[in-house]
Amino acid sequence: MTGHIQGSAAGGVAASAAVEISDLSKVFNHGKPNEVHALDGIGLSIETGSFVSLIGPSGCGKSTLLRLIGALTAPTDGTVLVNGKSADQARLDRDYGMAFQTSGLFGWRTVTQNIELPLQLMGWNKLDRKNRAAEMLELIKLPEFGDHYPHELSGGMQQRVAIGRALSFQPSLLLMDEPFGALDEMTREHMQTEVLDIWKKTGKTVVFVTHSIPEAVFLSNRVIVMSPRPGRIAADIEIDLGARTFDTRESQRFFELITQVREVLRFDEDSR
Amino acid sequence: MIAKALRSAAPAVLLGAGGLVLWELILLVVNPDGFVLPRPTEILGSLIENFTEILAAAGTTGFIVITGLVGGIALGVVWALLVSQFRIADEMLTPLAVALNAIPIIALAPIFNAWYGLLSPTSNQAIVVLLVFFPVFVNTSKGLTSVGAIELELMHSYAASKWEITKTVRIPNAMPLFFTSLKIASSLAVIGAIVAEYFGGRQDSLGQFIVQNAASSRYTEAWAAVVAASTMGILLYFVSGGFERVATPWRRDVDVVG
Repeated sequence: MTGHIQGSAAGGVAASAAVEISDLSKVFNHGKPNEVHALDGIGLSIETGSFVSLIGPSGCGKSTLLRLIGALTAPTDGTVLVNGKSADQARLDRDYGMAFQTSGLFGWRTVTQNIELPLQLMGWNKLDRKNRAAEMLELIKLPEFGDHYPHELSGGMQQRVAIGRALSFQPSLLLMDEPFGALDEMTREHMQTEVLDIWKKTGKTVVFVTHSIPEAVFLSNRVIVMSPRPGRIAADIEIDLGARTFDTRESQRFFELITQVREVLRFDEDSR
Repeated sequence: MIAKALRSAAPAVLLGAGGLVLWELILLVVNPDGFVLPRPTEILGSLIENFTEILAAAGTTGFIVITGLVGGIALGVVWALLVSQFRIADEMLTPLAVALNAIPIIALAPIFNAWYGLLSPTSNQAIVVLLVFFPVFVNTSKGLTSVGAIELELMHSYAASKWEITKTVRIPNAMPLFFTSLKIASSLAVIGAIVAEYFGGRQDSLGQFIVQNAASSRYTEAWAAVVAASTMGILLYFVSGGFERVATPWRRDVDVVG
């Protein structure tokens, strides 16, 4: 297994792994004619503090894998441990911040109220909520938009608010399912830089599902390439691009890594 | 803001005034005795002449309308909340609501009169409650249940309880549809109250005023009461719109009529 950049000085294997998946399978419509083996025999360990992307063609189970990590669906077989606990326990402990392709902002709440929602559910008092929301607005660079309603914001701004809301209660994991999939290319690149910036500032473990090879390579320190029917891990590629700058996207190494990911996807396509 | 409201109301006011003038002029030519259809000025004259009596009747009917509305809204909202919270409630109560609505409710008025007494307002209130309940129930339950999968998954990831999801997501989501149903219900309540009054209830009501005057061929007086009833319906409609604006501040751009 590659990509274990950080050491395990913090303790044993279980302590340094944010996510520990073993022999994980997911079958939809089990035993029926339309049975689908979404995932089969997945084993994966995600280091605390790393940025891991899941990439692959439609139907490879990358979103299902993310949903299993986030306890939004239950495995058919195998285990998912998050911070050493079951995924559902991690959910109850509010270890997850989530962001999806659509922002999922509540139209009847202002930006600030949206960011405060998880805090409100966790019983934070008004002042603490207000302070944290203000911090989050700084982090997502929308300090002057707190009193706006979501429909008054652009798509990229809405996604930033969704990320701010996901991080407001300082969950240890950030799970993102194609959060920039609906954005135009320029906004998308800008958001990628923003997300890396947020990741550096907060040190969260990020699991990021995407269709875009350049996006996966630019953001991650590890790219998991998946193949479909049944969904399995085709390759686990360490990304050694160092600190990302504007020039990273034009660097030789960036293109080499993109090619490497693409070759896996192509080989996988040819072999079927 | 008031100037803006006046300007946006101007086309409707012009149309209404034009229609009334046309009505007046045509009847002056074709039907000067005003027996079948009185002229607007005659109706206005009768309204002024019988003002005290019509106002008292409107008070009686208004009480039926308001209490029936409140009862019907409460029943519809509670029913919708139960149906959205519990599968068993959905399976039992939704068909029951549909069945209740399939009854021609106005046809129950004489039966209710037999139950509650011919002169009791309770039977009229019961008619209004039944009429109001269904649109409120249908729209509110639609609003409570039409929440996106992503919104629900987010709440799940925050480990929110069922009631917290209802309070913070389902109820606000249902607000616009609830207020739409309120506008429908307020007109229905006036219609229901007056028709129910044709069959019984207190004798100093708008419904009885219309029935008794029409029976003695005093059509102008009957029309004056119809105007009073319409005014009540319009007032209730705008009051509903006002509540909507206060309760859904995120939709400030929504027109009252919308």
